[in-house]
Amino acid sequence: MNVVNNKWIGQRTIRPDGVDKVTGRAAFAADTTMPGMIWGKVLRSPHPHARIKSISTAKAEALPGVKAVVTSRDIVDFTIAKGAVMLGIQDMRWMCRNVMARDKALFPGHPVAAVAATTEAIAAEACKLIEVDYEVLPWAIEIDDALKPDAPILHEFNRFDGKPSNIMGRIESKKGDIAQGFKDADVVIERSFTTRPVHQGYIEPHACLISVAADGKTTIWSSSQGQFMVRAMTSMLTGIPQSDIRAIPAEIGGGFGGKTIVYLEPLATLLAKKSGRPVKMVMTREEVMRATGPTSGSKSTVKIGAKKDGTIVAAHGSFYLQAGAFPGSPIRGAVGCSFAPYEIPHVLSEGFDVCSNRSKVAAYRAPGAPIGAYAVECVLDELAEALKIDPLALRLKNAAKEGTKAAHGPVFPRIGYIETLEAAKDHPHYAAPLGKYQGRGVASGFWFNAGGESSAQVNITEDGNVVVTTGHPDIGGSRAGIANICAELLGIDYKRISVIIGDTQTVGFSNLTGGSRVLFASSMVVTQAADKVIATLRERAAKIWEIDPEAVKWENGAAHPVSPNAGQFEPLTLADLAEKAPSQGGPIGASVQLNTQGAEGGFGTHICDVEVDVDLGIVRVIRYTAVQDVGRAVHPSYVEGQLQGGVAQGIGWALNEEYIYNKDGKVDNPGFLDYRMPVCSDLPMLDCALVEVPNPKHPQGVKGVGEVPLVPVMAAVANAVHNALGKRFYSLPMSPPKVSAALDAPAQQAAE
Amino acid sequence: MPKLHVTTSVNGEPVEFLCEPYETMLDALRGQLGLTGSKEGCASGDCGACSITLDGRLVCSCLMLAAEAEGHEIRTIEGMAKGGELHPLQQKFLEHAALQCGICTSGMLVASEALLAKNSNPTEEEVRFWLAGNLCRCTGYDKIVRAVMETAVEMREMRP
Repeated sequence: MNVVNNKWIGQRTIRPDGVDKVTGRAAFAADTTMPGMIWGKVLRSPHPHARIKSISTAKAEALPGVKAVVTSRDIVDFTIAKGAVMLGIQDMRWMCRNVMARDKALFPGHPVAAVAATTEAIAAEACKLIEVDYEVLPWAIEIDDALKPDAPILHEFNRFDGKPSNIMGRIESKKGDIAQGFKDADVVIERSFTTRPVHQGYIEPHACLISVAADGKTTIWSSSQGQFMVRAMTSMLTGIPQSDIRAIPAEIGGGFGGKTIVYLEPLATLLAKKSGRPVKMVMTREEVMRATGPTSGSKSTVKIGAKKDGTIVAAHGSFYLQAGAFPGSPIRGAVGCSFAPYEIPHVLSEGFDVCSNRSKVAAYRAPGAPIGAYAVECVLDELAEALKIDPLALRLKNAAKEGTKAAHGPVFPRIGYIETLEAAKDHPHYAAPLGKYQGRGVASGFWFNAGGESSAQVNITEDGNVVVTTGHPDIGGSRAGIANICAELLGIDYKRISVIIGDTQTVGFSNLTGGSRVLFASSMVVTQAADKVIATLRERAAKIWEIDPEAVKWENGAAHPVSPNAGQFEPLTLADLAEKAPSQGGPIGASVQLNTQGAEGGFGTHICDVEVDVDLGIVRVIRYTAVQDVGRAVHPSYVEGQLQGGVAQGIGWALNEEYIYNKDGKVDNPGFLDYRMPVCSDLPMLDCALVEVPNPKHPQGVKGVGEVPLVPVMAAVANAVHNALGKRFYSLPMSPPKVSAALDAPAQQAAE
Repeated sequence: MPKLHVTTSVNGEPVEFLCEPYETMLDALRGQLGLTGSKEGCASGDCGACSITLDGRLVCSCLMLAAEAEGHEIRTIEGMAKGGELHPLQQKFLEHAALQCGICTSGMLVASEALLAKNSNPTEEEVRFWLAGNLCRCTGYDKIVRAVMETAVEMREMRP
């Protein structure tokens, strides 16, 4: 596609769902109701680790107003012994136990029963009447505790190195021979880091409304990152076939990965089935904080060796990530992404998946990658300092480029990492003066991006406008991107295109909104569908003009003869052809299903300035610039929005956000007051520099952009703090108490 | 305890409803009044997604009892556009892409309108501190602050 002459791609159009969202009309899951609706509530374990000896629900069931009670007996069991049953990256053996504890409760907040009643108050009252006999077990919250030789074991069947263990798995990426590599190095720096678990922090709590008819036909309204995921998981956990479940995607109030699995939907479905009434369930913020998400806390060690001239010759990373109660921490992201920006001959990157008595982690924006990048990019900063090389120059010297074989496998095609480094170096921000107690840091990051299954329909309405249906919940403006692309392809005003998200029974299978895949994959299917529609339109015009379809071109929203030789005809517009459709072959539309390929990885480089209040230990970000290779900015505002949002989340992760546990093994800060996400007055404007190196494998050059922006942030902030104070922090968050303590400490180096 | 009878005004329209003594204004709005534009993100006054005005004063409707509406004037996001015409803030939020998922947007707009009613020429810092009680997890606030400041300029210019 000729990017120079694009009329709609690259425009900052008004998003199709915008007016609904600024007027309060948009329907999120908690906004939906049905006649006869009742309320569901979950009874949750108060213990971090306990065997469930018995559950008696008789008293709850006898309470007037209670319509149904469910426990793990009602959920389909995927037994451990039968082996993994995978749905995407989720093993249903863990999913069935996460939505409802079976033999053991594994974290405070783990569901043990659910009730539906005519009011929320009665449902809550009924939960108190359920009698659970727990045998409280010793528990472990932190990685170090879970790895002790005498640690309580969460999953007794699991063995690591032949012994019962909370290490549920190990992966590695390997290239060359690190022993040889470190021998070749003139300078070697090895450091260890810890990060705390942080929550995705979506403002909308999980919610659903579910109706099950007497014949089993089920309708789900829920806020999720994938209606097909909701349908499949609910089907597997309830035994209702997928053909009987219509999952309707409500608007979603933020997800960031945290809404890629189910929590409430299977419970509400079973309650609705038992009671015969539609059941609505909405989590409280406290439930969200105790029982959903977050991403892993971690401990990492990274060792990098380089020649005197800055050439990196060897790198070793080991990353231990908390999985929470069930296996499945994002070690792949930490292991695969950390060293990906660099051409390094000898690399070993290892990840360990560690269970402990916390809520099961969920995906969070480039899962695992920010944890790995934090460690690697901080060590690179020390390496640059030791070698007296500018940190961007060090990265440029070692930057991955077309042809580089990454340690995690692929050989990179044309990528834009070097362009991001050069843009950062040339950015006025990088040369701006700094004041007292101010410092500047840089860091880079990589995310795989993803393709996969997507479906779309493009239909021409009888009045000659367009309806595009895709299968991905729009979490940050993807409908606007699709409208721009479709307007470009069809040559019509974007306002004539309505983009909607279909439910599971009206559009073909489409994988999750996740992995930064949506605009990449959905625009690929929409492009193919639009091409088919254009082919039909040309055929119709050819038939009317009685010429060959090859002699008809589609331009500016109308069919034209390719040249005067083809004949002299007035153009036939979309409206003309729609009007004539009944007599010329019928409705005009196309549907395309693909397993999309060619989602290439994305790179970003960030510059961060901080100022430290040395009396209070408060670090403030005072200037921030995110540079990223975004492929093609189909709608620049929403691309910038992805960068700015990711940066803000990263600043929270770097400076304030953390789960704090009390001595009873429970989260002590399960609300927005004490779990301190960045507020408006915490942040400066967040500048973006979009580098566009089109993805050669995509019709519009699209690359995923949503996840990369979180990857470099914590290291950029940490490096800036070091630059301001001359002290390095090896653990996050760099919160005021920690910074104050470091400033008060007599030692000059190595705070923490 | 019997339900309380409340007579109030919502978005300029007379409204009567019955509520439990413990019921929040947010629950009354979202429940029996069917005004679901105000959102519940926390139910503890920390996120601002439920922002409304009570006699022109910005409040979190999750921290207000429904019974407290008696005799007062409530305004919500649903009353912001006049007929089919968007408020300048709503229009600027769209133009600036000052929303991504949209869950905080109602509260942000109500809070921003309350700011501009008090201060027609806010500095960036004043906007940031005024909106510090409205959490947004998607945007990093950049485009929201710009939209509010640009609306202020436009509204000042429009004023006779």
